[in-house]
Amino acid sequence: MTPAVGVDPGEHAALERVWRDRTGLWGWLTSTEHKSIGKRYIITAFVFFLLGGLNAGLMRAQLARPENGLIGPDRYNQLFTVHGTTMMFLFAVPIMTAMGLYFVPLMVGARNVAFPRLNAYGYWVYLIGGTFLYVQLLLNTGPDTGWFSYVPLAGPGFSPGKRVDTWAQTVTFTEIAALVGAVELIVTIFKNRAPGMSLNRMPLFVWAMLVMAFMILFAMPWVASATLFLAMDRLIGTHLFNPAEGGDALLWQHLFWFFGHPEVYIIFVPALGMVSEIVSTFTRRPVFGYPAMVLSLITTGFLSFSLWVHHMFVTGIPELGSSFFTAASFMIAIPTGIQIFCWIATIWAGRPRLTVPFLFILGFVVTFMIGGFSGVMIASVPYDQQAHDTYFIVAHLHYVLLGGGVFPLFGAFYFWYPKITGRLLSERLGRWHFALWFIGVNLTFFPMHLLGLRGMPRRVYTYLPETGWGPLNLLATIGAVIVVLSVVLFLVNVALSRWKGSEAGENPWDAPTLEWGTTSPPPSYNFAYVPVVEGRSALWDRSPDHPVVTGLRTDMREVLVTTLLDAEPDHRHRHPQSTVWPLLTALSTGVLFITLVYTPWGLVIGIVPLTISFIGWGWPTERDHQEQLREEAAA
Amino acid sequence: MTTLADSVAWIGGHSVHVPDGPVALLLDRLGDYMYAVSAVLWVLVTAALLWAVFRRRAEGEDPNDPARERRMQRTVTLAVAASAAILFVFLFLSYDTSRAMTGRPAGEPLQIRVTGHQWWWEVEYRDSLPQHWATTANEIHVPVGRPVVFDFRSSDVNHSFWVPQLGGKRDLIPGQETSLWFRADTAGVYRGQCAEFCGYQHAKMAFEVIAEPPPRFAEWLVQQRDTAATPTDSLAQRGQLVFVTSPCVMCHSISGTTAGSRIGPDLTHIASRRTIAAGTLLNTQGNLFAWITDPQGLKPGTRMPATQLGPKDLAAVVAYLETLR
Ligand code: HEM
Ligand SMILES: [Cu+2]
Repeated sequence: MTPAVGVDPGEHAALERVWRDRTGLWGWLTSTEHKSIGKRYIITAFVFFLLGGLNAGLMRAQLARPENGLIGPDRYNQLFTVHGTTMMFLFAVPIMTAMGLYFVPLMVGARNVAFPRLNAYGYWVYLIGGTFLYVQLLLNTGPDTGWFSYVPLAGPGFSPGKRVDTWAQTVTFTEIAALVGAVELIVTIFKNRAPGMSLNRMPLFVWAMLVMAFMILFAMPWVASATLFLAMDRLIGTHLFNPAEGGDALLWQHLFWFFGHPEVYIIFVPALGMVSEIVSTFTRRPVFGYPAMVLSLITTGFLSFSLWVHHMFVTGIPELGSSFFTAASFMIAIPTGIQIFCWIATIWAGRPRLTVPFLFILGFVVTFMIGGFSGVMIASVPYDQQAHDTYFIVAHLHYVLLGGGVFPLFGAFYFWYPKITGRLLSERLGRWHFALWFIGVNLTFFPMHLLGLRGMPRRVYTYLPETGWGPLNLLATIGAVIVVLSVVLFLVNVALSRWKGSEAGENPWDAPTLEWGTTSPPPSYNFAYVPVVEGRSALWDRSPDHPVVTGLRTDMREVLVTTLLDAEPDHRHRHPQSTVWPLLTALSTGVLFITLVYTPWGLVIGIVPLTISFIGWGWPTERDHQEQLREEAAA
Repeated sequence: MTTLADSVAWIGGHSVHVPDGPVALLLDRLGDYMYAVSAVLWVLVTAALLWAVFRRRAEGEDPNDPARERRMQRTVTLAVAASAAILFVFLFLSYDTSRAMTGRPAGEPLQIRVTGHQWWWEVEYRDSLPQHWATTANEIHVPVGRPVVFDFRSSDVNHSFWVPQLGGKRDLIPGQETSLWFRADTAGVYRGQCAEFCGYQHAKMAFEVIAEPPPRFAEWLVQQRDTAATPTDSLAQRGQLVFVTSPCVMCHSISGTTAGSRIGPDLTHIASRRTIAAGTLLNTQGNLFAWITDPQGLKPGTRMPATQLGPKDLAAVVAYLETLR
């Protein structure tokens, strides 16, 4: 390690030559760079957010009046199923993973994610899965049994046709993408941190991503088994869920929710990390109670696996069993409470700047709290007897997902957008966006609490005028219109910024984490010299002559691998080249999964291209060989 | 067309906030506690947040002052402890309510079996004497002041039984037996609805609970046990003939006739019921006509196909059904 020196332009050019993608379409298709993949991941997930929002808008239009004839039951059932599936599997989890894949390497001072080809593969698989779902919806064969597709309704007896298979297969695609993302994040965080960034100096966002990744690792296998069993029941005639043949319909619910509950925390935990980064930056001090924050994240991750039965309180589960889950569900409120209190303390001590990202964080706290409180209510077995499966739940779940997930996410967009594009978003438009969004979300979802308590069940395509649910539903629909306006403003803001946004510079917010220590947008190799971290707030704690890592090769892709706990430099690692094989492998995976929807022979048909592409992926190139020889000669 | 609005209003508009009977009352009270405490806490935390943002700051104040850091530690710890304490109170209230609800109801309960079908409810009043069994659909009569224990089955997919004003809900799951009890303390009509998504017409899978003074209820039950009235006027007689020789019998039963299928609702006493099509339409002559002619238009996807009866046969069948009191 040597002290910092001005970056030598020759070295710059060398790094650029080695790390940048090829140009043009081919370069785009073969890219394995985490920023390039991350960016398209974020954009794709956001497009799915818009599509999911479109579904929701249509549902709200239908429900605006009693006995409305706009959308019939068949379409409506597809809409809410595709809406829920999109928002959970194609928007929320992927966008959180994507933010991690873009920012974690930058925040830990790495050149790329640990397994760049796998990363590209994950993105392509996700894109194919999402596209498949929407093609089916447009063909009027979208799934129609809800985002948790309970059997027997989703079984072969009551859902003939290919709709449910489409759903199950979309979920399989996203499971793979999520697992791939999780592995990337864990290994990058554990092995590629800049020297000096010991675990106890890791930014809270990175901690949150680490916890999320482990949760994905432990949660996804359950939904994978569930959808596999369902596919077997549907395609090859097993009876795992068929009570008439000794199967068990309730088994599905246990399997699904053992995944499904952690799933919502998989969305929420990264958002908590975003909040911490934004709060710290805009109060210009570290978040109060770092150890408590980290422990809260980890505790949340653990506890989230002990709550699943609270989705099943009215299935007749024995009282004693249910009470345990009430207690566990109450308990998970505590780590979240700790974090909220710590943020308030941070703000109180610091000097808050009311920028747009910070406004979204304030909006997050007050909105999310409502979802938190209603969550505690429905965690109570008796209370849930009334609230379960009504619009009260629809209100609750949107308060936590929008309040706890999308508010911080918009904050994060405003916060990090300048890093990604080099240009700032307009603060003025941003304030309008925030105000409309805040009003719209609350106007849409608050009345739903009341609707639920007045007896309106969820997932109904219409209701009778005599029920008296008309006015509150109209209010909710008006709220949804305001939400749409606010999102349009956001898109306008992005477009205007691309066109004439002001230059951001390296660190427009004076933020403390490493990603702000390189240019905006960062170069293909992220950092000319891998930084050495001297404190928890990497940039704020940096000494004037801060040391950097030198000696990594510039004539080939080489990265530094560090130790797990203390991030001591361990060894250098040759980093793979960009290649088209991840894309081809993803396409073969797509062929396999999609043909499987139509025939069990899909397995046989699909395995051939998949095997070929795996071989291609692993095939050593001449260049690899030459480099190997050179390395041996050097040694 | 006549709609449900033309008839009596449901008591309290089926809101959980107008509870009737012990179970719903307990649940409502638990809700009220939790709303009140949550609202107070929300206001407190929001106030703390706003204060933290907008408080006046001294010139040159150090955001990282160690003395203040210690004070904040105390405050945060205190706040966390208070939250935990409040959660314990909630937990206690919740357990207490559960216990009170699940205990065996006092008094000799009435037993009713409800079976969920896509998209209607079969209701059976069983008895030790099989000839005393009565079957009806989408309308549950209960005596005021007497606990009612339901046992649930499903013939197809998951459903959930819910009468907001009388108590919580319970899922009907194929292959499982579940149950629930409540007691209605005020006479009147309560609306209930399926709460678990069960496919196409989940939205139109409602029912009514009619709570009556015990003598009226007993009368009703006796009448429901009877076999169907034999029609006397010639139009209705012809209607009966049409009924038992048309596809109607493939799904419906009318006791005392040869119609004995249980795929659709039992029609033995159809004329005594307030609604048809699972709480969707008021049981009037016009609605019966409309329903039999075009069920798919009124409730798209319903398992009942349109019937190909000529106008005369149709009129006869409707006349016959109207005699089935
Ligand atoms: C402001 C935009 C949104 C609106 C207006 C909206 C509206 C709705 C409505 C009306 C339903 C109920 C459908 C029914 O029960 O018939 C629903 C269900 C749902 N929403 Fe949203 N939503 C929005 C955003 C989101 C987001 C961002 C997420 C997740 C991150 C989400 C996740 C869900 C889920 C999981 C369901 C349940 C689907 C099901 O019942 O299977 N929504 N939404
Ligand atoms: Cu149902």
